[in-house]
Order: sequence, then C-alpha cells, then structure tokens
Amino acid sequence: MNKGKFQKRSIFMVAYIVFALLPIYWMINMSFKTNTEILASFSLLPTHFTWANYKLILTDSSWYMGYVNSLIYVGINTVISLTVALPAAYAFSRYSFLGDKHVFFWLLTNRMTPPAVFLLPFFQLYTTVGLMDTHIAVALAHLLFNVPLAVWILEGFMSGIPREIDETAYIDGYSFPKFFVRIFLPLIKAGVGVAAFFCFMFSWVELLLARTLTSVDAKPIVSTMTRTVSASGMDWATLAAAGVLTIVPGAIVIWFVRNYIAKGFAMGRV
Amino acid sequence: MSATIKPVNQKAWFLILPVLICVAFSAIMPLMTVINYSVQDIISPTQKVFVGTEWFASVMRDEELHGALLRQLLFSLSVLVVELPLGILLALAMPAEGWKSSATLVIVSLSLLIPWNVVGTIWQIFGRADIGLMGYGLHALGIDYSYTGNPLHAWLTVLLMDVWHWTPLIGLLGYAGLRSIPDAYYQAASIDGASKAAVFWYVQLPKMRGVLMIGVLLRLMDSFMIYTEPFVLTGGGPGNSTTFLSQFLTQKAVGQFDLGPAAAFSLIYFLIILLMCFILYNWMQRVGTQEKEGAHE
Repeated sequence: MNKGKFQKRSIFMVAYIVFALLPIYWMINMSFKTNTEILASFSLLPTHFTWANYKLILTDSSWYMGYVNSLIYVGINTVISLTVALPAAYAFSRYSFLGDKHVFFWLLTNRMTPPAVFLLPFFQLYTTVGLMDTHIAVALAHLLFNVPLAVWILEGFMSGIPREIDETAYIDGYSFPKFFVRIFLPLIKAGVGVAAFFCFMFSWVELLLARTLTSVDAKPIVSTMTRTVSASGMDWATLAAAGVLTIVPGAIVIWFVRNYIAKGFAMGRV
Repeated sequence: MSATIKPVNQKAWFLILPVLICVAFSAIMPLMTVINYSVQDIISPTQKVFVGTEWFASVMRDEELHGALLRQLLFSLSVLVVELPLGILLALAMPAEGWKSSATLVIVSLSLLIPWNVVGTIWQIFGRADIGLMGYGLHALGIDYSYTGNPLHAWLTVLLMDVWHWTPLIGLLGYAGLRSIPDAYYQAASIDGASKAAVFWYVQLPKMRGVLMIGVLLRLMDSFMIYTEPFVLTGGGPGNSTTFLSQFLTQKAVGQFDLGPAAAFSLIYFLIILLMCFILYNWMQRVGTQEKEGAHE
C-alpha cells in the first residue's frame, strides 16, 4: 500500500512540474528567437538561435539598471518588513492586550485596497514628503502590503511553539532580546524563510505603485518592461528575455532559504 | 490567532508600535483622500461641490457593476475551489528532503516570481493556435480553442493562468506547515494504526490550518483584485466576459476621469472584500476551535 501511495504522489508531482514548467519553457524558447521568428511559425526550439535579446538587456544601462533599482528597494523593503514584523508577531502570538484582535485583522485589511484609485493619493503623499523617484519611496509604499503579510505568517508559526519554551528561558536568566535571537528565531526559521521569500516576491512583481512613485532614478524593471509595448507593436522577444531574467534573483533567494523551509522548526528535538 | 488563553500584557503594544507606524504612514493618508473624493464632485482642482452619498447611490444602481461583481464572485470562488485542494496536494506531494526537495521548491516557486504583466504576455502567446504551445496542442487534439473569440475559452484560460500562477503560494505555505509537524505525531499515529487518510485528516490538516488560512485569505483578496493578467491576456473580452471588478473600476477612474464615483466605487469594493474576508476568517477560526475542543473531549 505504501509503495502505491508513493508512486501516486510521484506521478502527481511530475505532472505538476510539467504543468508549471510548460509556460516557462515557452518563455525561454521565445527569448532565444527573433520577433519575426516568434510571429512567423510554431517551433519547439529556436531555429535561428540568438543571444541578441539578452545582449540588449545586459548592455543597455536603461534596461539593467531596472534590475538594480528593483533589487535595492525590494531588499530594503524585505529587511524592514521582517525587522518590524518579528516583535509584533511575537506580541500577537504571546500576549493579549487591548484591541489585539482588531489590530491584527486591521493589518490585513491594508492588503485589500484596490490600487487603481489609491494611486493618485499615493502620488500626492510622496510628492508632499519629497520622496518621489527614490528607492525609499517604493520600499515604504510596499510596506503597506508586506508588513501585514509578514506579521500574519510569522504569527502562525510562532503560535506553534509552546509557551513553556519562553518561560524556561526566562527562568534560566535569558533577557528578552537574547532569548529572541538565540533561542526563538532558530525555532521559527521555516516561518522566517517563507515570510522573507513572500515579501521579496510581492515587492518584486508589484507594478502599479512602483511605476507611479518613480520616473528615472529609481525606475524598476517591471516598469522598464512596459516599454516593449509600443505603437510599432510588441517586442515579444525582448520581453521574454527580460521575463527570464526577472526570475533569476527570486530563484536565488528561494535557493538560499530552501533549507529553512524544508527542515522546518525542530520542535520535536527541543 | 489561536484561541488559547494568553497572559494580558498591555506593554505588548510597544512591540507592535513599529508595525503600526510603518503601515499607517502609507495607509491612512491615501484612505482619507479617497473618502474625501467619494463625497465630492470634483469639477476642477479649485472647484468642488459636496454631494454626500450621491456617488454611492449611483454606483450601487449601476447595472454594469452588478455584472462585473457577479463575474468576480464566480471567478474568485472558482479560484479557491481549484487552488486550495491542488495546493494541499502539492504540499503533500513535494519531497521532504534531499536534492529533490530543493529542486522542486525552486521549480514550484518560479511562476510566482514572474511580473504579472509578463505572465499575461506569455499566456497570450502560449494560448495562440498558430504560434503558442497550448493553443497549437489543443488544436492538434481537435479542440477549436480560441481565447480571443470564445467567451468560455477566455474565462477558462484566465482561470488556468491563475491556477498556474498562484497554486504554488498555497503549496509553499502548506509545505512549510507540514514540515513543522514534529515526528512524534506521526509515530503516535502509526502506533495507533491510523490510515493515511486518518493521518491527513487528524494530524496534517489541523496542523496546516493556520498557514492555509493565510493562503486562502490571500488568494481570496488577491483574486478579487486581479487586474494585470486578464487585462494583458484578453483586455476584458471577448465582450465583457473577463472584465472583473478591478478592470471595471480602472475604466471608470482612468478612462472617464470621474474621480468621485471611482472613489465611491473603490470604497464599496474595499468593503465587499473586507466583509468576505471577515466572514471567512471567523468561520475558519470557529472550525479550528471546535476541532480543538473535540480533540480534548
């Protein structure tokens, strides 16, 4: 019985991987073609293999600076999000205080605002405080949806840790910061890994706010990409190559956090 | 948050203060501005008339809005019905350790990392019968597939695209939740001679409940605000078969420059999402506590 179950799982996993990879394979396939070839005929592999699309992106500073700008504000955003969310998630998971449930739910409501109408007020706000077209502006604006997400994910994982662990540590003479960094954080590293990846991901792909709050100096890659759509038609090949390159940083991030996620927290071994 | 009794400590407010400052900075001013718009008729930047609830009333009576709302509800429901079970299956099927787990983690998360406008563009080509793999494949199978001509095909393509794009979110959350179950639970279950199904229902699912709740709420609110992908893929058509709420709102706000009605609309929109998440959240909380009580009896 065990073996049958195992095989069924493997078959499902392989099927899912094929489903997940097919559109990505098509994007990679397109990125090595010319526009004429993409639109002319159907082919599983590029017949006139070309690096030209990648060369264009990696040599034109207005293209590759987009990646640099995105990485800067996404990095700032992820660090701030996790730094402020960790103590807050601890407070929500360990203590009850006036209005705790309401504040917890209110945090999530900040992810629910339809962006289209909120763009203009955002533009006005960041112009007033003089942060337009800076990396900080985008990083701060993205806190709106990433901080609540990080708090919710981390709280979920922290609530799985028995409170006895905190109490034992305090009896052993640990101060709160020391306990938090030395004992508690290693226990919830799966949660921290997932939260970090999701903060990175949501900030990385967000388009509307990032485009509204930047013009030249901090222009993100998602915004640079929109220029492949022009009056003369779509530049499919460049867009595909740029798309392939946008996956790379995130794939590296997940590679680094994979062990945290896979091993999970060692509750059984405490 | 769990329902167990926690010590009261008002000083915990200091721990959440940084979060409040960060979020409120970007949340409160724009929200106030939108509320301000929603009760005024803005003729020009210097000329404004207070109109009270007039915009709200006219938006609520809009027939087109009712259509968009119905399509939206149907779409979000379909998204949850497909992605939640598929995501749980994915979480269960992903290998637990070794190079295989690293490889599947990376592969599964790839689709999440593609900017949404690129997702739409890729599927636009992917679904084309002449030059796209999926469109070509379906035609080879004898299906007269066309996402630009057939409303049902367009709708199904948007759904399939969303499933492809976002199932990994549920899968990854569930996977991290599964990995956090101590071995002792499985050992206890195997001593009791529990079947695989029993282990799933009484050990794995309850332990994943917390993270799955976050996943479900995220999918509900994000699918309710879906904009970029269908906009790029189908432009809302054919007809208005894939015009969901967000696109309808953007047409109003950007296309027609009616700031007042658009602001009123986005507040109503916000309240609908809020209400649904609130109901779902409380319902899932209650199911959780009942299960816990049941386990203690």
